Formats: sequence, structure tokens, C-alpha cells
Amino acid sequence: MKTLYDKLWDDHVVHDFDDGTALIYIDRHLIHEVTSAQAFEGLKLASRKPWRVDTNLAVPDHNVPTKNREVIEDPISKLQLETLDKNCKDTGITKFEMLDPRQGIVHVIGPEQGASLPGMTIVCGDSHTSTNGALGALGFGIGTSDVEHVLATQCLVLKKDKNMLISINREITKGISAKDIILSIIGEIGTAGATGYAIEFAGDVIRSLSMEGRMTICNMSIEAGSRVGLVAVDKTTLDYVEGRPYAPKDNWEQVANFWQELKSDDDANFDKVIEIDASKIEPQVTWGTSPEMVISVKDTIPDPLETSDVVKREGYKNALTYMNLKPGMKFNQIKIDKVFIGSCTNSRIEDLRDAASIVKGKKVSKDIKLAMVVPGSGLVKRQAEDEGLAKIFIDSGFEWRDPGCSMCLGMNPDQLQSGERCASTSNRNFEGRQGRGGRTHLASPSMTAAVAIAGHFVDIRDF
Amino acid sequence: MKVFKTFTGIIAPLDRSNVDTDTIIPKEYLKSIKRTGFGKNLFDAWRYLDNNDFKKQNVERKPNPNFVLNKSLYHDAEILLARENFGCGSSREHAVWALSDFGFKAVLAPSFGDIFYSNSFKNGFLPIRLQPREIDILFNSSQTSPGFKVTINLERQFIETQDNKEFKFKIDAGLKTRLLEGLDDIALTLKHSDAIRRYEMNRAKLVPWLFKEI
Repeated sequence: MKTLYDKLWDDHVVHDFDDGTALIYIDRHLIHEVTSAQAFEGLKLASRKPWRVDTNLAVPDHNVPTKNREVIEDPISKLQLETLDKNCKDTGITKFEMLDPRQGIVHVIGPEQGASLPGMTIVCGDSHTSTNGALGALGFGIGTSDVEHVLATQCLVLKKDKNMLISINREITKGISAKDIILSIIGEIGTAGATGYAIEFAGDVIRSLSMEGRMTICNMSIEAGSRVGLVAVDKTTLDYVEGRPYAPKDNWEQVANFWQELKSDDDANFDKVIEIDASKIEPQVTWGTSPEMVISVKDTIPDPLETSDVVKREGYKNALTYMNLKPGMKFNQIKIDKVFIGSCTNSRIEDLRDAASIVKGKKVSKDIKLAMVVPGSGLVKRQAEDEGLAKIFIDSGFEWRDPGCSMCLGMNPDQLQSGERCASTSNRNFEGRQGRGGRTHLASPSMTAAVAIAGHFVDIRDF
Repeated sequence: MKVFKTFTGIIAPLDRSNVDTDTIIPKEYLKSIKRTGFGKNLFDAWRYLDNNDFKKQNVERKPNPNFVLNKSLYHDAEILLARENFGCGSSREHAVWALSDFGFKAVLAPSFGDIFYSNSFKNGFLPIRLQPREIDILFNSSQTSPGFKVTINLERQFIETQDNKEFKFKIDAGLKTRLLEGLDDIALTLKHSDAIRRYEMNRAKLVPWLFKEI
């Protein structure tokens, strides 16, 4: 009578405290440069050492340039990257160097390397660690104090979340991707809709999605308020994991059998159940400054006056002002300046295939100042080059870059200028997220690719 | 960690919902490898009209006169008041460090982002969930009488306003103790070292592949 989340939780309890919290064991700790420096410093100040060096894996991703990588011009970024180097060397933690082909966005390389495995607890000082839940692992983001706590003790003190089931059934229609599914869910339940819950995504649609599609969905659980997004293990999961560098090789069958139990029992009890009819999902685009401000590409920009909730109405007004949009506008009337295909949400090979299929043989609109593709890892980049995708992008006028977080949050030189408007496959359309004063519209890889060609959003089903 | 004591402070009303951690402290300030010094860039994009030119040192920024924290009355504010889902988004603990470094000791809102909420308690900073109706009352009071003060008593879990209204709040017992006693989380966990080692030994037998070296 347990949910998948219950099972993962129970398997990792080291100690139950009287106050309702528990000491939870962490199997894998992924580290990047932005949220770890202060944690390593804290360890050093307290003369503590990592509890289990060999379960940590570090990679630089947020600050790294996506072109001309040999020189990092920003001295503060450089120091942060060097600090990660030094901390890993001092402690003996394995780190992929920036020029290593295995380098990439931390949430892309975890699964890609088999460092993230079903049944694990996986943490990282980054909220999109929920991505790993697609493998049937309990992955969640933590702050820097908890990064230090995991380094020092291999554990965290946690309070268990409630269980939420989001069941997605019937078939998605042509042109609809995992990104549209998760955006429409966020639109429906809101950015705080799943706060305090661990979400399990289930239903026929999830079962028929690839691992990469499932990762896109789990990745954005945090945009619905939940730290945890899970998908039960099935054959798709096992086929994905088998043969990856850090995946188990001995007794594969025994391991696979063990993992197949990582699913909710038929009679498991969920605190909340949401049913989604996937056949009704249309191509999604965000219009505002929160991921919940999302509508179908066919819809017009909403009028705040039509919202009865006062707080929401004010939020809508602020968003329209920031985005410089008016109620009633259509998406094809909104001119776009830049196009970004990348981020831990949508930078895997299938995302690039989707985008390439749209731009093949076409040219980037002259109205677009910059269209760029930033693969999620060096290995994704290499594969895309081998498959001829890179050539398709370059021929149509895209810039083909090196892997990193890039313009999802613009900690490296890839940023929007004030007033610029971007169609982006990333996960957050917050004010200034991609650069101070920049305006972000989130959408799927194929929808975003079509913007590069048309100069504005179009309905991918008519493109 | 510092101990959280009962105090009386000015409320700064920030009438926005879904204030994300990117807004609390924008990414350009996350490159620091320190825990301090983030206060001057708290709500940077709302607080200043100009961009920060990182190439120049010690340049006076142009404050936005309409932003609440730029009013002199709120320079010493210790309590932030906000709407739903405060601190949503990124896990950056820098958001808490920035609020704390500015001088805030607590934030009152109807709801919070989970990771922000958890990060707060690691830094002696108290996020308090109040009923939307109570938040409305506090917005009303602090907007009609700027400089409005409240007393926060964590031990007895209530807030008392300067006009003698009392709002009770809930908080997990463990989190409360941690703030009241200023405990070192890691030292507490390390008291369970034997249990952690026992767990590892049992687990390594059951799921040996999880103990393979990276």
C-alpha cells in the first residue's frame, strides 16, 4: 500500500526523530560551482572532511562560456570555477573538467553517465535536481547549508512530503511534446500547486514517453512548487540505464528485477490526485513572468480584469507591464529578438532532433538577432554532430555552442539585453532571469525553433 | 548559528506575489564565493534604476525612489511582508543571505517556496506563514501607518501588532528549537554517526551497486 515516494523514503531512513523529521541517507551528491564554494569553506572552517568522497560528482556548468572556452573573461566567474577545481582537488572529489567531452549541465550528465540510478536519493545545490526523478530516483534540490550537511554526513534531516499523483491519459496530438504537457500542468495547478507534495507522474502518456521526455516533465516539477517529480521504473527506464558508464554491469538481471519494484502499489494512497486529458493539450507558450502564466499559442494575451482574485490580478498587471504586452494581443503579433534552445529542461538529443526537424532547409528570420543552440553536454553535442543536426542548425543560421546552462540564467556571457524578447526552451520566465530587463517566453523545442524561422510564435501544427 | 530572540521591528510591505529567488538576488551576484555582502544587491532590479557596471568599482547606483526599501523609513526594517509563494524558484541560499545581510530577521507571507523555507532555518532567519486575511490586515496597517511595528515571539508562536492584534502561527517543533537554540545541524547529525555507518553496511549488502566508486 505504498507509493513510489513512500518506498524511496523508507529505503533511506537512517533514523526517525520524535518531531516527525527523519535522517535520510543520500546516495549521490552532484556538485556545481555556484552553490558549493561556501559549503566547502564551511567544512574547512569546522575541520570536517567529506563523509564519502567517492559518491560525489562535480561539474562546472552555470558560469562556463559556450564559445571561446579557453579564456574566461569575467574574473569573478573565473574565480568561482577555480574554487570548484581547488575544492575537488583538496577533497579528492571526481570532477569533469570544462574541456572534458563528458562535461555538461549537471542534470543532463547525471543520468547520461549512469551516475543517477533508479532507487537512489540524489541531491544537488540546484532546484532542477528533480530531473533525476524520471529514473525512479528521489532527486531534489537543496541550498548550500544542506550541500555542506551532505558533504559532512552523507545525510539530510528532512520532513516527508505528502503524495500527489498526476495521471496523464489519452493520446497527445501531433506537435505536442513533454514540454507542452508540463507547462499545461503548471498552468492548471499554478506555481505553488504542488508545494509540500512529492509528485508522481503516471498514466498512459508517461508510459509511452521516452526517458528524455520524462526528464523534461520531472525537471519542471519545481515550477509547480514541488521539489520532487517521480516516474515509476519500467522497461524504458532499464533500457536507458543499461550500459551507461557508472551503471552496474555485474548481475544486471538481478539489479533490473530489483528496480522493477520501484513503482507505487496498486492500492497506494495519494493525498491528492489530478487527472490530465492529454488529448486536449495544445502548444503552450508563457506570456508573463511566472511559469503559471502560460496559454495555448492560439489564445490571446489575457486581460487582468477578467480575473476575480485581487492578488492574481495585480500579478497579471505587473507581468503585462514588464513584458510590454497588452490584453487581447496574439502571439504572432509579438516580435521576438533572440531564440535559445538549451537548458536542463530541453537540451538532450531528442530535443535537438525535434528542433532540427523544424529548421531543416529553412533560414533564420532576419528579424532574429541571435538564434543559438546549446547542447546539454559534450556527448550530446558530439552525437548531434554525428547525426548531422549541427549542420542543419548552422546552415539555417543558428549558432552552435558548447555545453552549459548558458542563457537559461545568463551567469555566463549569454544574456538578454534590457528590453530584448526571447523564445526559450528553458524553465523560468522570471523578471530578469535571462538578463536584466530581458523578456522570456517559454515553449517546447519545436515551437521555439519555429520562432527562429518565422520571427514570431506560430502554431507548430500549421507550420 | 545565531539564536533567534523575541524582537519588535518595523514591517516593510512588499505587495507582490510569487516573489522568486532570482528577484530576491539576481544571478550576477551568485558568483561570489562568500556568504556575506549580498544585502546591497537584495532585490537589485527593483531597487536600482541602473545596471550594475561590474567593470567599475564603487559606483553610486541610482535608487528607484518608488521601491519600498528605498524609503528611509524602511532602511532599518527587520520584517518583510509579502504575498503568496514568496521565495519560489531557484534553490540559491543566497536569497536568504541577502535578506539577512540587509537586516531582515523574518518574512511574513501566506505561503513560501519549499527550498527557500528550508534554507531560512539554516541561517537563523524565520519565515512565518500567516492566514491571507491576517496578511491583508498587516498590509493595510503598514501602508496606512508607515513604520508600523510588530513583535515576533517564536517561543510562544505569535505576532503582536503595535495596535494590539495578536496572530498565532504554526511551525514544526524541530525547526523552532533549531532557531531558538541556534544549533549546529551538522554536529547534531554527526551524533548519529554509528547509525549512519550501520545503515551503510546493511545497504551495501542489499544494493552493492550504490557503493561503487565514482
